[in-house]
Amino acid sequence: MNVILEIMLASQGWYGLATAQSKIFNSPTNIFEPAATPAHSIFGLSMLVFGITGAIFIVVAGLLLYALIRYRSPATGGENFQEPPQIYGSNQIELSWTVIPILLVVILFLATARVVYSTEHAQRPSEALNVSVIGHQFWWEYRYPKLGIVTANEVHIPVSGPRDHMPTYLTMSSADTDHSFWVPRLSGKTDVIPNKVNEMWFDPEAAGIYLGQCAEYCGTSHAKMLIRVYADSPQAFSAWVANQQKPAVEDPSVKEGRDVFEHNACINCHTIRGTVATGRFGPDLTHLASRDTILSGSVPNTAINLHNFIQNPEYLKPGVLMPEMHLNDHDLDAVTAYLGTLK
Amino acid sequence: MATQTPITEVVDLTAPKPPKHLWLEVAHDWVTTVDHKKIGLMYMGFALFFLLVAGFQVLLIRIQLFVPNNDFVSPEVFNRLFTMHGTTMVFFVGMPLLFGLGNYLVPLMIGARDMAFPRLNAFSFWISAFGGILLYFSYIGSDGLYGAGSAPNVGWFAYAPLTSPAFSRGNSTDYWIIALLLTGIGTIGTSLNIVATTISMRCPGMKMSRLPLLVWLYLVTAFMVFIAVGPLTAAQIMLLFDRFLGSHFFDTQAGGSAVLWMHFFWIFGHPEVYILVLPAFGFANEIIPVFSRKAIFGYPAMVAATVGIGFISMSVWAHHMFTVGMGANANTFFVLATMAIAVPTGIKIFNWLATLWGGQIRFTVAMMFAIGFLFQFLIAGLTGIMLSSAPFDWQVHNTYFVVAHFHYVLVGAILFMIFSAFYYWYPKMSGRMLSERLGKWHFWLFLIGFHLTFDFMHIPGLLGMPRRIYTYEADRGWMIWNMIVSTGAFVQAVGVTIFVYNLIHSYFKGEIAGADPWDAWTLEWTTTSPPPAYNFAKIPSVGSRRPLWDLKHPEDPDSNYEFNDSTADEESYR
Repeated sequence: MNVILEIMLASQGWYGLATAQSKIFNSPTNIFEPAATPAHSIFGLSMLVFGITGAIFIVVAGLLLYALIRYRSPATGGENFQEPPQIYGSNQIELSWTVIPILLVVILFLATARVVYSTEHAQRPSEALNVSVIGHQFWWEYRYPKLGIVTANEVHIPVSGPRDHMPTYLTMSSADTDHSFWVPRLSGKTDVIPNKVNEMWFDPEAAGIYLGQCAEYCGTSHAKMLIRVYADSPQAFSAWVANQQKPAVEDPSVKEGRDVFEHNACINCHTIRGTVATGRFGPDLTHLASRDTILSGSVPNTAINLHNFIQNPEYLKPGVLMPEMHLNDHDLDAVTAYLGTLK
Repeated sequence: MATQTPITEVVDLTAPKPPKHLWLEVAHDWVTTVDHKKIGLMYMGFALFFLLVAGFQVLLIRIQLFVPNNDFVSPEVFNRLFTMHGTTMVFFVGMPLLFGLGNYLVPLMIGARDMAFPRLNAFSFWISAFGGILLYFSYIGSDGLYGAGSAPNVGWFAYAPLTSPAFSRGNSTDYWIIALLLTGIGTIGTSLNIVATTISMRCPGMKMSRLPLLVWLYLVTAFMVFIAVGPLTAAQIMLLFDRFLGSHFFDTQAGGSAVLWMHFFWIFGHPEVYILVLPAFGFANEIIPVFSRKAIFGYPAMVAATVGIGFISMSVWAHHMFTVGMGANANTFFVLATMAIAVPTGIKIFNWLATLWGGQIRFTVAMMFAIGFLFQFLIAGLTGIMLSSAPFDWQVHNTYFVVAHFHYVLVGAILFMIFSAFYYWYPKMSGRMLSERLGKWHFWLFLIGFHLTFDFMHIPGLLGMPRRIYTYEADRGWMIWNMIVSTGAFVQAVGVTIFVYNLIHSYFKGEIAGADPWDAWTLEWTTTSPPPAYNFAKIPSVGSRRPLWDLKHPEDPDSNYEFNDSTADEESYR
């Protein structure tokens, strides 16, 4: 295995050089910029696989090219054309190009199996954070069972360094159609399927926002079902948890907006903890204003976007399940102002 | 262009029928025909029509994806476009093109006068064609009681529960189901015919060990169809039950299983890839030797590798499902099975290489497409090995990397080989050569367009771009790659337009081909171009794998080199 490791390391170094030099491959979702253990082990394996397949390509394509140039027929065959010697096969040669591929397959298989088992059978440490992920058309629901938090579309998790080891384990299912949870820099994707519970884990090594999106076609607005993972420092994560655990802010200046919310069908689908709104079909709005984005990460969380979305949900997110509420302008402004206070 | 005259003993001895003049007579003749050649041509015409339709759809897709947050088409229209593009290309372009060529060539290459069951053959074609028409009728017919329908929008593999009545209202999914059911019946019928024809209609002397490799590949393909299409048909019927009779096989809201559909679909879907690619290998096995002027290298190994691919391909389906949570043991099994298929596939590539080696390679357009096939299939196979490594697949599954990979197989390998086959056999089918000058334009434009599109398409996948998204965010760094990909698509479209023009132009103005324009070695080149309705006035008899080589080189026939168990055995075939 040492040889393989060396090839892996060498090719990683080579690739690192290449990426540093070229800005053209810049992407926040580049699978070759891993930032968590599962993504790192996949990256290492990919480099081995790229190395072996690349070598095969160079050898075979080189032989093909050589044969095409060396054995091209002279432009004017004409009358004195002589058929080349007919060769029907050779058992020795054919055996060799059966056995060599078998050996390569064995190497690739063993390296692959090692990563499959180390990722899928990873021991869950007792300090791990559990988050339940529920896929919806077309947004993500996140529940923290031990912390009593329910939120949507932006998931906060702690950074997991060598000192504060706290990997995140996701338990995932779907409320409607198939989805797939994929944040390329953290790990490979895992499908989010109704009537089936899947698990995945990652341990981001640096604080920051990791982007991704739904990777299984799930209906009209599949393209707008984005994922934002906030990896926070332990202090920032604790602060976020403390805020999320509070009930909704009660700001007397937006009482009118709250009345509009509570007297309309909004409460059938949305929850705002501490109010009569306890619906569960749509995203929990208790701390809506603490999020950077709305509509599953597709637009910034600004008053104007919120206003426009409530006025005509279908425009910003085609196929959305939220109906038009037909509020008059006054009520619309009031409810937008109310939602803006839910820090 | 050595032998311009047909082998004398097989030419037309009976007087031809008087030509038909009234177009109604001609139409009646085509609609009622049971001639394998006419049915083959209808298959190909039907498939070429749908190739243009589905190609047009993908141009719309590529315009939409040219820049981020584009609104050239709405999300609803986009989702229909990729569903119809995929379904059409697999079921109404790939299958009928390959079955059309098979229909035309298999009886000719084994020295038969028709397929074993000519009427079943006609039935299979017409029911497949009806399926295609029904699929497109959905654009106007599937409104349903809800007014919710148009063309299907569930993706070509139609994962449950998106197909359940709750998520797919109207009748668009029903049209999709029934269109595929019908074409499945046609596929089974034609496969039965190919098996029966190959087993029982071979001419005297044509033992299984002398079968042209193309016929061997069609035989294996046909057996694979028997195994693969059944699960698809069963799943479609179960889905119809779910939608109309209140069953809950795939209805997750009532306890059904979404994963069950995935298994059913891919037990069909992966062998289907090999069902499409094996005939393309078959064309390569005929065309590469003729233009290298050498016998195929390692005939028995090629047959064994084909049968091996056929068997192994039945146990690899769940490599489409590495991300659905099957567990490490199941994932590892399918990694091994999938990687194992690289071995027989490698044998094929090496044997083609060895066939070229030491030959006198003639760069006709047919051969140029075949060479493109060799390089592109090599790359497609290598990205396939990458994808078979499950953890890498966890990253790039359902991304443009996968889309690029399978288009490398379907376009870079299969479509290139189909173009090659057209340039090679068009003279036999029409009696006239395709223009080599236009063909070179077609080849180079299509090659450049293909590489612009599908080489660069791998990159957005590695940068995190999933497939089937109607638009994408501007901050992801995917735009430049999508622009290159879209540009390539239009270059390919120009290439295909030249091809279509060449087909029509050469039919009227092309150089007269003669019986054997390529100085080839298999039986179809012994009869006139185009062949008479009965193919061979006198059924030929063969003594080796290359009967025409033996005729042209009586001093050094192939039969001297092929393994012959006994001549007595041969007598029993006569």
